[in-house]
Amino acid sequence: MCLSTMVGTFPLLSVQPTRGLVDEKIQVVVRNLPPALSVTLHSLHHSEDNDFWESFGHYTSDGQGMVTVAKDASLGGTYEGAEPMGLLWSMQPVPGSRTGLRLRKMDVLTPMVVHISVYSGHMTEGFSKQSPLATVVTERWYMAPGVCRIDIREHGVRGTLFLPPGPGPFPGVLDMWGGGGGLVEYRSGLLASHGFVSMALEYLSHDKNRTSDIESKTYFEKAFRIVQEHPLVMKDRVALFGLSLGVSIALNLAAYSKDISPKCFVCISGSHVNPVNPVNKVIGEVFRKMNKDGHKIRFDEEGRVVWRDVILPIPTDLGEKVDMGRIKCPLMLVVGEDDQNWATVESAKDMTQMMRAAGNEHLLTILQYPDAGHLIEPPYTPHFRASNFIMQQTRQKVIMLWGGYTKPHADAQEDCWEKILSFLRQHLYPSPDSVPKAKL
Amino acid sequence: MCQMGVIPVLTVKPWRALFDEKFHVVVGNLPPTQEVTLHSLHQSEDTDYWEAFGHYVSDAQGRVTVFKDPSVGGTYEGVEPMGLMWSMRPIPGSRPELRLRKKEVHTPMVVTISVYRGHMSQGFREQVALASVVTERWYMSPGVRRVDITEGGVTGTLFLPPGPGPFPGVLDMWGGSGGLVEYRAALLASHGFAAMALLYVFPDQNKNATIGYPYFEAAFRLLQDHPLVAADRIALLGLSLGVTVVLSITAYSEAVKPRCCVCISGSHACRIGATQSVAETSQGIHKKYAKARTDEENRIIWRDVLLPIPEDIDLKVEMGRVTCPLLLVVGQDDQNWAAVESADDMKEMMERTGNSHLLTTLSYPGAGHLIEPPYGPHCSGHAVWRPQQTSRRCTGRLMGKDSRFSARASLSQCQTPCAVQIVSIVLRQMVSLLCKARPLTDQCRWNHCSI
Repeated sequence: MCLSTMVGTFPLLSVQPTRGLVDEKIQVVVRNLPPALSVTLHSLHHSEDNDFWESFGHYTSDGQGMVTVAKDASLGGTYEGAEPMGLLWSMQPVPGSRTGLRLRKMDVLTPMVVHISVYSGHMTEGFSKQSPLATVVTERWYMAPGVCRIDIREHGVRGTLFLPPGPGPFPGVLDMWGGGGGLVEYRSGLLASHGFVSMALEYLSHDKNRTSDIESKTYFEKAFRIVQEHPLVMKDRVALFGLSLGVSIALNLAAYSKDISPKCFVCISGSHVNPVNPVNKVIGEVFRKMNKDGHKIRFDEEGRVVWRDVILPIPTDLGEKVDMGRIKCPLMLVVGEDDQNWATVESAKDMTQMMRAAGNEHLLTILQYPDAGHLIEPPYTPHFRASNFIMQQTRQKVIMLWGGYTKPHADAQEDCWEKILSFLRQHLYPSPDSVPKAKL
Repeated sequence: MCQMGVIPVLTVKPWRALFDEKFHVVVGNLPPTQEVTLHSLHQSEDTDYWEAFGHYVSDAQGRVTVFKDPSVGGTYEGVEPMGLMWSMRPIPGSRPELRLRKKEVHTPMVVTISVYRGHMSQGFREQVALASVVTERWYMSPGVRRVDITEGGVTGTLFLPPGPGPFPGVLDMWGGSGGLVEYRAALLASHGFAAMALLYVFPDQNKNATIGYPYFEAAFRLLQDHPLVAADRIALLGLSLGVTVVLSITAYSEAVKPRCCVCISGSHACRIGATQSVAETSQGIHKKYAKARTDEENRIIWRDVLLPIPEDIDLKVEMGRVTCPLLLVVGQDDQNWAAVESADDMKEMMERTGNSHLLTTLSYPGAGHLIEPPYGPHCSGHAVWRPQQTSRRCTGRLMGKDSRFSARASLSQCQTPCAVQIVSIVLRQMVSLLCKARPLTDQCRWNHCSI
């Protein structure tokens, strides 16, 4: 017997907006409940990989028969407390799923579809067997309307360019992910939705038929120029954005490239420690060198790969790390203190010391987050403490420990994304104050 | 292009919204006290272009916040968060008497919003904007299902909300122009109602001669019998001629027992008898065409056709027979139907018969006949081809004064965004009447609300 028959009311569940960008907040409200009723709010997503992800929170309706997720506390579930976005960031694979899953949207032209439901009582399982009181469907998009996606296959460079709507010109971003390889577009789609021309760059291919060895440093310089020379891009306002191995590339380019002068750059979960300069050498050599330090790889009690010691101790030899004194533009470092993949905390400390000694510390901003892990991604997306990973050189399948704990990691993602966007706007969008006699 | 490298930043949040949701337009990174024009542009399904614009001056921080800053000129004035939508009009040089209606409800209305340097009133195409963004306005929220209905002789489109149901139902009937208009029902489904848009004025006149009570009763039953619909929680919603249908079958049909009714821009002063067809009733009205006038632009004014409201109770719906809550919505500048006089008369009738506690009236100064879901452009007149009138072709019917005049005339009061209030009030009423279990009598607080 459904609630409407029992108590003669029709619970009304609303989610606003029903179509939002991935980094936009939603307001979830349930109305028309009897007062003091125990209910469970539940979210469900069917991924591109055909897995199901869910989250849930336990609530009690107030005297007016309402549950307002933004201000009411969840009493239990995959998140607790007043968490407006808990239904999204605390998602996890449903019981019985394959292990080591990671949720990533590869097709950015379509949204992530999430079903949000309200159930009677405080449930923790069996959601698929129970009929909810009400359900709404919400879409989460990585691209705002009007953003244009363009495949880039020029001069051997492979990437995807995203253009904001409008006449421009716009600042540009060269966006580089990490050692997992492939072409990961969603962050660039989101950056374009915020007014930046952004190119997601592939520099490690999964395709065995393609040469995965980038032949020379000119690859990255060519990629940078593709962005810079686009007719809609302001030539002197192009930034670098890197995560993990992408940080190594960004730091080396900024410090050593004669052809590239980024206006600023953002480095998430990476290091200046360089067993091999990935820009000067073939990328494959980087991994080969790192594999030689393979004895430093540890395994945790669950057999998961802990990679963080590979670059420790931070070398004192300048030849083995980027000379941070050569950085000439503003740099934002984002670091998770529980990063189990790269020794980013130690690296950030060393980078600070180097820049202090060189007199360019004023260019440095560090965002450091307790209990956040390695994979600091756009906000409100689920956290993975560990996931399946294919080692680049050996193609061996392992489970890689990234680190981080769900709630602090989610907070880190939300906080740093806002600050990253502000940082990029501050340095890439000239404000009227910064331009003498500025006028339109 | 900008000199000195300053690029304004334009945002519209949310980027994708339901048609009745507000958006927030903000321009940042401007020099202070900079004159700019915010402009909206939409290309309709009929390939006409519609636009609106407002003149602003940036504040000391170089921002324009449409939600709180006044427009000092353009197609709207004052603090109007949604002015860029509701004040849209066809661009200069367009075909006359256009009406903006979305037929394909699976896709959004796409609007480009731009900011231009200076206070411009024309020539937007020739000028490069400082910045442009795109926003989508949807009639269907994700998960709403659209179902073609062709059973039992009934033609319509059913929109079902996502979820297990059951849902309260709405039978949605538009006016005498005919056709199957889906967007309001789609929007209602996006708010949790199983809503069926009903086609009851067909192109085929022979078919129209058969459309009477049995047709509407079949439609009502179809909705009631749907497994996802709560059979005792169905409302009737009518506009214009649809009000005639709603009031007639509510008062006289044994088979149709709505939980509540919403009547927009209509009248009780003509009724469809139990054995009559809608077409017969329409023809009865058409016989009074001699009372129709034309204005200075040769647009037809029909409002006098029903006047004076008859005293004879046999010539109008007996409002004493209405036993469910009734919400009337009227525009005081309705030039198409004498909706205000009808509402007054309905109130008097119900006071005499002791059921006026069921009546709520929303009456809006400066509003016209076509009171539609909010933030859509106002249409003061549009071209109509009436096939039954072979001897006379209408060049246009006047629906009500131009939105700008009405906005200026009532700046301190409702302004044209009364449409906002209408739908939000209508929705709140329908939610409370269809979704709550407590007694209905205490819901009807307004009797005659002039906003």
